[in-house]
Amino acid sequence: MDKRKIGTCWLDGCSGCHMSLLDMDEGIVALLEKADIVFGPLVDAQEWPEGVDVAVIEGAVSSQDDLKLAQTARARSHVVVALGDCAVTGNVPSMRNGIPSRKLLERIYVEGATERPGVPTDGVPALLKRVEPLQAAIKVDVHVPGCPPKPNSILFVLSELLEGREPDLGSKLRFG
Amino acid sequence: MTEKVKVRIDGEVIAATPGQTILEVARANNKYIPALCYMEGLSAVGACRLCMVEVSGVARLLPACTTPVQEGLAVVTSSPQLQSHRKIALELLFAERNHVCAVCVSSGHCELQALAQDHGVTHVRYPYNYPRLTVDTTHPRYVLDHNRCVLCSRCVRTCAEIEGAHVWDIAGRGIHSRLVSELQRPWGEATTCTSCGKCVQACPTGAMAEKGWGVEEMTKQPAVLSRLTSMREGQ
Ligand code: SF4
Ligand code: SF4
Ligand code: SF4
Ligand code: FES
Repeated sequence: MDKRKIGTCWLDGCSGCHMSLLDMDEGIVALLEKADIVFGPLVDAQEWPEGVDVAVIEGAVSSQDDLKLAQTARARSHVVVALGDCAVTGNVPSMRNGIPSRKLLERIYVEGATERPGVPTDGVPALLKRVEPLQAAIKVDVHVPGCPPKPNSILFVLSELLEGREPDLGSKLRFG
Repeated sequence: MTEKVKVRIDGEVIAATPGQTILEVARANNKYIPALCYMEGLSAVGACRLCMVEVSGVARLLPACTTPVQEGLAVVTSSPQLQSHRKIALELLFAERNHVCAVCVSSGHCELQALAQDHGVTHVRYPYNYPRLTVDTTHPRYVLDHNRCVLCSRCVRTCAEIEGAHVWDIAGRGIHSRLVSELQRPWGEATTCTSCGKCVQACPTGAMAEKGWGVEEMTKQPAVLSRLTSMREGQ
C-alpha cells in the first residue's frame, strides 16, 4: 500500500502540541512507516499539497493568515484533526476576545513600547476581530483536546485514522 | 418508623424513605447520576440540569436532585437521550463563560471538567459567548473569577445554610445572571463575611479559590462541609 500523507500546521498556539507530537518516542518511527509528513513546521514544503490524508492543526484561528491556511488545509485534506485546547476551545489566545483588537495592539505596541512605538502592519497578518476555535472556521472531523495533548493520545488518534478507524479518546480525553 | 416506598432504579427494586429525592436514593444505592449543583448537606435547587432522569409515565425529563420518590416510581438513569441531553447541558456551560483550563487553578480537580471528560465532550458545538467578566481579588484570602462560575449556587447555599452568613446571592436573569456578594459590594468589603472559606470549598469549579495557588494546584474538600451538616443533624 502507498504511504499515507500527514500535513501539520500551527496557527495561534505555542508549538507545545507539535512538541508533544514529536515526544512520542519510538511511536514516531512506527507512524512514519505508515505515513509521510508532507507539510508543516517540521518539514520544508512551501505549500499545503493536494491529497493529504490527515491534517493535524494546532492553534486557534486568530489572524487572516490562520484562516487562509486552515481553509487550504481543509480543502486539500481528507480528515482534519483539531489538536490541542487552542484549536478545540480557543484556549489562551481567546482570552483577548473581550478586548477590541485595535485597543489591544495599541496597549502593547504603543503604550507598552519603550522605543519606536507604533502598531506593526508590514509583514504581519491582520488580526481577526475574534479568536475562534478551529471548528468555527472549518469543518473539523476529530477533536483532541489537552494543553498539550499527551503524546500517546496523539499517537493513538493518528494510528486509528491511518487504519481507517474513527478514534474514540475514551478515558484519554482531557482538557487543560 | 416511617413506612418505606418501593422504587425501581434501572430495573432494580429499592426500598426508599418517603421524602428522599431520586438522587439521594440512587446515591445511597451506588447508582450513578451526574450532578453539579447538588451538594450533600445543602438544600437542592435544580439549577444545572445534569441530573435529569427518565421517569416512566412522565413525558418530560425530571431533575433527580429535586424530585421526591413515591411508591412505584420507575427511573432510568442513563439512555442515549439522557447522554445527549447531559452533553448539551455541559457544552452550554462552557459556551456561556470563559473556561481556559490550561491556566486554571482547579484544572485536574474541577467537577465541571471531570463531568465533560466523563461524558465524552470533546468540543463545544455551540458558538462561544466570550463575555467580558471580572475577577474579584478584593478579599485578602480568596478570589472569585466570574469567568469560571457556572451559577450552581453551591457557595450561596453553603454560606447561608452552613456558615449562616448569607454573603452571596445571584442577581440578574438568564445569561446576565451574576454571583454577587452583599448587594454588589466587593467580597473584600462584605461586612458579613467571616472569611471561613466554606464557599471556596463548596465551589465545584475554579471560580472560587484560595489565593496563592498556581495552575492545577487548588484542591477542595466539599465532603467536609456535607459532613458538618450530617453531624449537626445527628445531634
Ligand atoms: S473551572 Fe474547570 S472547566 Fe473551567 S477553566 Fe477551570 S478547570 Fe476548566
Ligand atoms: S468565606 Fe465564609 S462567610 Fe465569607 S462568603 Fe465564604 S462562606 Fe460566607
Ligand atoms: S462561584 Fe462556584 S459555587 Fe458559586 S455559583 Fe459560581 S461555580 Fe457555583
Ligand atoms: S444536580 Fe440536579 S439540577 Fe443540578
